[in-house]
Amino acid sequence: MMKTWQAGKRLLPMTAALGLLLAGCGREDLSVLRPQGPVAESSYGLMKLSITIMIVVLLIVFSIAAYVWIRFRRKKDQDEIPKQVEGSFKLEVLWTVIPLILVIVLAIPTVKVVFAAGNDHSDDKDAIKVKVTGHQYWWEFEYTDYGITTAQDLIIPTGKHIAFELSTKDVLHSFWVPSLAGKMDTNPDGTVNRFSFSAPNEGVYRGKCAELCGPSHGFMEFKVKSVSGEAFDKWVASMKAPESVMPEDPVLAEKFKSQCLTCHAIGSMPASPVAPSLTGIGSRESVAGILLNDDTREDGAPILENLKTWLNDPQSVKPGNKMPNPKDMGLSDEEIDGIAEYLAGYTLE
Amino acid sequence: MDWITTVDHKKIAILYLWAGGLFFGIGGLEAILIRIQLIKPMNTFLDAQTFNELITMHGTTMIFLGVMPVIFALMNAVIPLQIGARDVAFPFLNSLGFWTFLFGGLLLNLSWVMGGAPDAGWTAYTPLSGKGYSASHGVDFYTIGLQIAGLGTLIGGINFLATIITMRAPGMSFMRMPMFAWATFITSAIILFAFPAVTVGLVLLTFDRILDANFFDVDGGGNPVLWQHIFWIFGHPEVYILILPAFGIISEVIPTFSRKRLFGYSSMVFATILIAFLGFMVWAHHMFTTGLGPVANALFSVSTMLIAVPTGIKIFNWLFTMWGGQVRFTTPNLFAAGFIPTFTMGGVTGVMLASAPADFQFHDTYFVVAHFHYVIVGGLVLGLFAGLHYWWPKMFGRMLSETLGKWTFWTFIIGFHLTFFVQHFLGLMGMQRRVFTYLPNQQFDTLNLVSTVGAFLMGVGMIIFLINVFLTSRRPADAPEDPWEDGRTLEWTIPSPPPEYNFKQTPLVRGLDAFWKEKMAGHKAMTPAEPIGPIHMPSATILPFLMSVGIFIAGLGFMFSRDEFSSSIMSFLFNNYIVTALGLLITFGSMLMRSLFDDHGWHIEPEELEEGEQR
Ligand code: HEM
Ligand SMILES: [Cu+2]
Repeated sequence: MMKTWQAGKRLLPMTAALGLLLAGCGREDLSVLRPQGPVAESSYGLMKLSITIMIVVLLIVFSIAAYVWIRFRRKKDQDEIPKQVEGSFKLEVLWTVIPLILVIVLAIPTVKVVFAAGNDHSDDKDAIKVKVTGHQYWWEFEYTDYGITTAQDLIIPTGKHIAFELSTKDVLHSFWVPSLAGKMDTNPDGTVNRFSFSAPNEGVYRGKCAELCGPSHGFMEFKVKSVSGEAFDKWVASMKAPESVMPEDPVLAEKFKSQCLTCHAIGSMPASPVAPSLTGIGSRESVAGILLNDDTREDGAPILENLKTWLNDPQSVKPGNKMPNPKDMGLSDEEIDGIAEYLAGYTLE
Repeated sequence: MDWITTVDHKKIAILYLWAGGLFFGIGGLEAILIRIQLIKPMNTFLDAQTFNELITMHGTTMIFLGVMPVIFALMNAVIPLQIGARDVAFPFLNSLGFWTFLFGGLLLNLSWVMGGAPDAGWTAYTPLSGKGYSASHGVDFYTIGLQIAGLGTLIGGINFLATIITMRAPGMSFMRMPMFAWATFITSAIILFAFPAVTVGLVLLTFDRILDANFFDVDGGGNPVLWQHIFWIFGHPEVYILILPAFGIISEVIPTFSRKRLFGYSSMVFATILIAFLGFMVWAHHMFTTGLGPVANALFSVSTMLIAVPTGIKIFNWLFTMWGGQVRFTTPNLFAAGFIPTFTMGGVTGVMLASAPADFQFHDTYFVVAHFHYVIVGGLVLGLFAGLHYWWPKMFGRMLSETLGKWTFWTFIIGFHLTFFVQHFLGLMGMQRRVFTYLPNQQFDTLNLVSTVGAFLMGVGMIIFLINVFLTSRRPADAPEDPWEDGRTLEWTIPSPPPEYNFKQTPLVRGLDAFWKEKMAGHKAMTPAEPIGPIHMPSATILPFLMSVGIFIAGLGFMFSRDEFSSSIMSFLFNNYIVTALGLLITFGSMLMRSLFDDHGWHIEPEELEEGEQR
């Protein structure tokens, strides 16, 4: 892609310098300035090109401004009337044409990338197709070719194109993984959006909702976990395994079934439209998308603690979310802890 | 009472200024609260709902109720003077425009005390702004308040169009018109074409919410993307409604304080028209991520980038106006000087945003927040400050303190850049906009702190300005006619503040920068175009005020028409649309009065003019 940007090439030295400078900004798994995949890379290319052009423009404007302010400052006893200049046809044409050229330099690669970005891989046999559904305030991922559905963590194999089909069950949201690709809105059914990205390297990337969707809009996060092909196949296999692991204690199992599974689904149960699937929740990167699971406590807390935090008062974690408080459903503190322990242990290999 | 019934454009200008100042203050407080909440990660100063109400009201208030009236204040104060007219074309409508604007704004802000402010963002995207997801009356206050205020803006715009077309002094052809008058003219034309779009949108949204219509509701066959198109077909031109007057002001201030005529006047006029025209063609650049497809995205990308060309022409023409001049850094010119680099920075990020694939990353992040604050605050607000300091002596007959003015400038502009420059990086590092808080460890913390500190510094600048205004108001009104000594246009040929009738004799215009031209020819005053004679003046009237009160009551009545009240009388009054009818009765009654009783106004006789002269 970059190779075709002939005019951009002339600005290459500055682009390179800027690239180095900007790359220092932000976390690798989050920052637009540290792209981790080809789609984000192409946006970043345009950004570097445009910011280079724009810095050149700024430098010109700033220097002329500084020059006139200093040079033509009115002196103490200056009284003669300056020459009243009408304008200058040549100069005015000059500063019409130069910006026009700069705009064309930017417009050509822009149009190219726009059309490249329109390539959504939806009929690519080799691509992994994922239906993304936005909910206030959680994300659902359905792998249509495999018949599995998960939530909050999007697991993808490295190097493969992931073809997305985006929509929402309630208000508008916007699906954004800054280090992998730009964002795309989720509109209600009927205006389904498609796009695609891929992640060449293994890693966990932070995703966000970028369209105001209610009080917890800022908390509507998710993770993209890119894993090796084998690991992905293994994950798919275990997601398809029919058994639904239930709590060992039968009393607790009954409570879980009657209170939680009315909204959530696990194992082979059909995916629920109102709440995230809990299958294998013990292996996820986060609870509710924002309580990060981290045994070292650098970025969050161990999963058990996070689950307890959530179950003790979902509203205080994510204001306005649709889950009722387990305490109001008649669960005791011990039962809540018990369910938290069970969920923390419900892992997939 | 005098203020409620006045139809004098100079007094209406002052009314607009106070009203704008009031709403600007409210919007500013909201901004400070927002920035306090974001000072550190996971802050609990505000809750999520209140935060969303604050951002919605901050944006709505600032754009519709904060800067618009200040723009209208300057236009009202200056335009008739600049074109050598005694008033605007329709003084009665001018007053009506102000009062509907004020009551619309008051209605919107009543939401704070009447059960919840709007919370769906100033863009009010459906379905979030629908009744299903925003159940309080907040968004109703938004739709109805803006509808009423928008009526005032539309009336004002039409009035300025008529004024500028029909009331220019003899000899003032369009190509001899001051740049600020040109900007007002084009701005008014944009208002004329853009406001009907938002009017329709707001009516449809009101119907969806209050009468259960289905324009934007998917289940009922509606389409939420339709709202986005309607909103931005209005919304994008709206940003040019905001910036063109600032361009106009800068084009007056720079020549005056450079003692040179505006460089490239005709290309400035041409660029203004071109910007207005392109402004209507680029609305979908706010919707690149909506899923319009590559063809639409490519077209809107390129057309958006083109706006940079006329904008660039303007920047360079200003720079070359100063070239070879004698630049004096008075407070107005300091603001104009601050405007040029700051606005240019906002313009270049605009071009960056215009590149659709890059915008997939920028959109709805703090990068966009930085961009539009650079153009609106760094462009328009700096422009308004330049204009206010420049024309203050003409409006009030008193010079603002230069020392305090310079303090205002430095604190404000340093605070501004501190606040918003770092936000570009926040956006690029992954911070979405409109988030009530953010998780720690994302490297957002320091930059957010810096931003909040900057916001406080801007606040200090505003306070210094208010102190300046207060101290000045206590000084004697002794400003000379031409206080900056190098005035070029007609407003500087008459006393400060001008008499009720502005010009005793309509001046004869012999070229661009009419007053400067006479000065250069060695004259002290304009040559009159008519003998002294009686001057016709319109009568003061309370009807515009009453009409607006009526619309205000009708709006409230309509909004609550479906509510259940604890008192049965209230339910009866509202549910049977009695309150609505009462409000409309007041409005239509006043209209009827206006048409039944002819009021021919009154005259100021030549003898009185002479007396006024001596006093
Ligand atoms: C060279 C001139 C400009 C260009 C090329 C430009 C371009 C853009 C683009 C592409 C966006 C959409 C960004 C996004 O949401 O992803 C945008 C947003 C915006 N621009 Fe500009 N712009 C320019 C000047 C202005 C001016 C003069 C103003 C106002 C005085 C302005 C006010 C805004 C506002 C308010 C938004 C954000 C609206 C929102 O989402 O709330 N822009 N601009
Ligand atoms: Cu959201």
